[in-house]
Amino acid sequence: MRFVLKTRYAQDVDFFQHNGQRFWYGLLALFVFVAPFLLDDFYTGELALVFIYAIAGIGLMLLVGYTGLVSLGHAAFLAIGAYAHAYFMTEGAPFIVSLIGATAVCVVVGAIVGIPSLRMTGIYLAVATLAFAQIVEKVLAHWESVTGGHRGMAVPEPELFSWSLGAPRAFYFLVLLVLIGALFSALNLLRSPTGRAMIAIRDSEISAQAMGIHLARVKTTSFAVSAGFTGLAGGLLAHKIGYLAPDAFTILISIQLLLMVVVGGLGSMHGVIYGAFFIGLLPQGIAFLRESLPPGIGQIPGLEPGIFGLILVLFLVYEPLGIFGRWIKIRLFFSEFPLYRKSTYKRQKSYLRTERVH
Amino acid sequence: MTLLAADNVSISFGGVQAVSDVSFEVAAGQVYSIIGPNGAGKTTLFNLVSRLYDVDAGSITFNGEPITRVPPHQVAERGIARTFQNTELFEHETVLKNLLIGHHVHRKTALWEELLFLPKVREQDLVFRRQVEDVIDLLDLQSYREQIIGNLPYGVRKMVEIARALCLGPRLILLDEPSSGLNPEETEDLSFWIEDINEELGITVVMVEHDMNLVNQVSDRVLALANGVVIAVGTPSEIQGHPDVIRAYLGD
Amino acid sequence: MELVQLLISGISQGCVYGLIALGFVLIYKATEMVNFAQGDLMMLGAFIAFGFINVLGWPFLWGFLATLAVMGVVGATLERLLLRPMIGEPPFAVLMLTIGLGFILRAVAGAIWGYEDKTLSTPYGGGVARWGEVSVGYENIAVVLGTLVLCVLVFVFFRKTRVGIAMQAASQNQLAAYYVGIPVKWIFALVWAMSAMISATAGILVAPLSLINPIMGFVGIKAFAAAIVGGFGSLPGAFLAGLMIGIVEQFAKHGLPSGLEGFSETTAYVILLIMLFIRPEGIFATMQRKKV
Repeated sequence: MRFVLKTRYAQDVDFFQHNGQRFWYGLLALFVFVAPFLLDDFYTGELALVFIYAIAGIGLMLLVGYTGLVSLGHAAFLAIGAYAHAYFMTEGAPFIVSLIGATAVCVVVGAIVGIPSLRMTGIYLAVATLAFAQIVEKVLAHWESVTGGHRGMAVPEPELFSWSLGAPRAFYFLVLLVLIGALFSALNLLRSPTGRAMIAIRDSEISAQAMGIHLARVKTTSFAVSAGFTGLAGGLLAHKIGYLAPDAFTILISIQLLLMVVVGGLGSMHGVIYGAFFIGLLPQGIAFLRESLPPGIGQIPGLEPGIFGLILVLFLVYEPLGIFGRWIKIRLFFSEFPLYRKSTYKRQKSYLRTERVH
Repeated sequence: MTLLAADNVSISFGGVQAVSDVSFEVAAGQVYSIIGPNGAGKTTLFNLVSRLYDVDAGSITFNGEPITRVPPHQVAERGIARTFQNTELFEHETVLKNLLIGHHVHRKTALWEELLFLPKVREQDLVFRRQVEDVIDLLDLQSYREQIIGNLPYGVRKMVEIARALCLGPRLILLDEPSSGLNPEETEDLSFWIEDINEELGITVVMVEHDMNLVNQVSDRVLALANGVVIAVGTPSEIQGHPDVIRAYLGD
Repeated sequence: MELVQLLISGISQGCVYGLIALGFVLIYKATEMVNFAQGDLMMLGAFIAFGFINVLGWPFLWGFLATLAVMGVVGATLERLLLRPMIGEPPFAVLMLTIGLGFILRAVAGAIWGYEDKTLSTPYGGGVARWGEVSVGYENIAVVLGTLVLCVLVFVFFRKTRVGIAMQAASQNQLAAYYVGIPVKWIFALVWAMSAMISATAGILVAPLSLINPIMGFVGIKAFAAAIVGGFGSLPGAFLAGLMIGIVEQFAKHGLPSGLEGFSETTAYVILLIMLFIRPEGIFATMQRKKV
């Protein structure tokens, strides 16, 4: 069991509390940078997709896991980011400018969506975001001049200073760098006053107000930042899928994103990464599973969403802290062995109705 | 000088007149207690001052400026901190995080600076961390720094709630039933802490209390409420013997 | 008389929304859980009815009753298996759970009955009533009548029966309900069973109009919007809002300029957003704020 002796306040502020953490994350970084040279192009592409989901997940996690605002329509920001980026690039903007522009568009839209969020709580907000996403989907389908409507829109290749970044390996590194930047800024946000204000709002709005936190401003900021990250992911996703169509960003995608943050583990950035791997690699896993099942069962169409649903349900009932939560419990088990108590993580249930009017 | 004043404040919920024409004045540096039987409107009064409710009539002034209609978060910015009857802490976070959030009103960094974690953000955080440590020292919370609130015993949570309010650096602190749920030793510690807060930190304390011993021990002035109206105001000994107060608590 | 025609189809569509919304609100009022799979329960009910009436060849009435019985059991079972462990959990978790449940129900229905559209044979199918220039399909009349009957039954149940009142108590404070001897767990199972039966009825009524397939439950999302517009927690509100949305949607479909008819699909959402702006509590507000 490791005891971290703190001798400087800076240790509370920094990312890594002790050298052990630095070692393991360093190893992870090494592996991640070396991976495309060890894997073939297909898996490199899949890994890049996982990273793109992770960037989107960072956005959603900030909103849902850290500020406590549920969004059932985040695919809309993915769509806006993707279409905006593709549109700017087709109009001639350089890659970086276009990507930043698309992110900026999403930030603005996110802020606009955030403003009415102040008048709504919990479930109302969730449905409002759902409604918003459905409307956006329709708008994108009908705004033919910009999005090409149902015919779709081709996405130009990404390039930096006339080097094409479309090849799997180059694209992988592009996405990886963006992910690292996104993680870094998200973690920075979370260890600074605004991030703490978001957490305060999640846990007790009344208390947060009593601490001088401007609910409206922080919630809107959270929406805007969240939308920005997801929009950024959308721009990169546009390159990955190559051709945009309105039905690529349905409510099912929104739910997949939510699945990612819930299954990964609400309330931690680790959860985002675990969740991204989960939804990125699950389709392969299911395809693999299908082949090993007896022919009658394996061939059933539409099994995939069913399995998604089943896994979601199982996690919510048996492991609400997600994959990251389970990992923490496992780690705790080994570090406290043989004194581990199951009740450490016993869930606190709240039965009173007024308690749950949060 | 008068720090906090309420002038003929009234509020009703549905058909119930919770607070009716209540006026009071709290001088700077005082420990001011509000007592009364249950349902007297004490916590409602606090909620009016914290601006969680809107007054139906009357006005509230703090430091000479009216705060009757300001948004709730501004109340903290102006220097009023409060604790809640049923602790409203940030359950999923550590004590340290809870206390750091108390410093929110002192922050001077913009969003973009925080995203990049510029040196000034880091400096600010270290300053906050140092100040939090002072409060932890004052209230003896050293062993609870890294604990998640959900795991803490009730008495400690109440102290964390007070500590968090102190981190605001307020001029006035509203304590809502600070001793409820505490055993006699904890209550005695509490009385010392209230005196410390008042005398060493120079913070004006307004508290709603049921424990008359505590009230007598620390208060400079006491306001007695019953059924939403003021029935008496004076020093603790004056209130103790006041016939209306006795009637309100014990009946006729 | 095109106006009246639109009104009638709007009302019948609105009744479907209203019924599903009723199912939502029923569960929410009693258990404070939001059931995103309500539309999929409707879908399941329609399929099971199809199974009894078209596949097994049972007479309509028997098939209808059998479906209700089966769906009642399904509702109670789902409650027992999935929702019971979630009592006391934060609402978001329950919401996600029901979303997952919806996925599972769709996959199961697709696996059993396939993804092609199916039709349900009804004794009133195909017939049309005429008054002057207005013609109304018998199916539409059935929807409206069936809905009215159901609403009256639900109303009487809640106001007049002991079980209904017990449900209301359990919805307001589970712990207190336990203390006064109300078997809260039975109540929950009963609520889910009832809600499933109501949705199944909606499915059977709407099946002749919209055809049965696993994704027909997506209309539940619009019904959800209706429940909120009506004031989440108000049974009459949910129903009225459903009606309103159904009617406005029909008019939008015919009133919008050509090329934009697709936007009529978003009627429910637009109304929802407007409502959330001007009166978030809904038409009949029932939400309270936390007392500190």
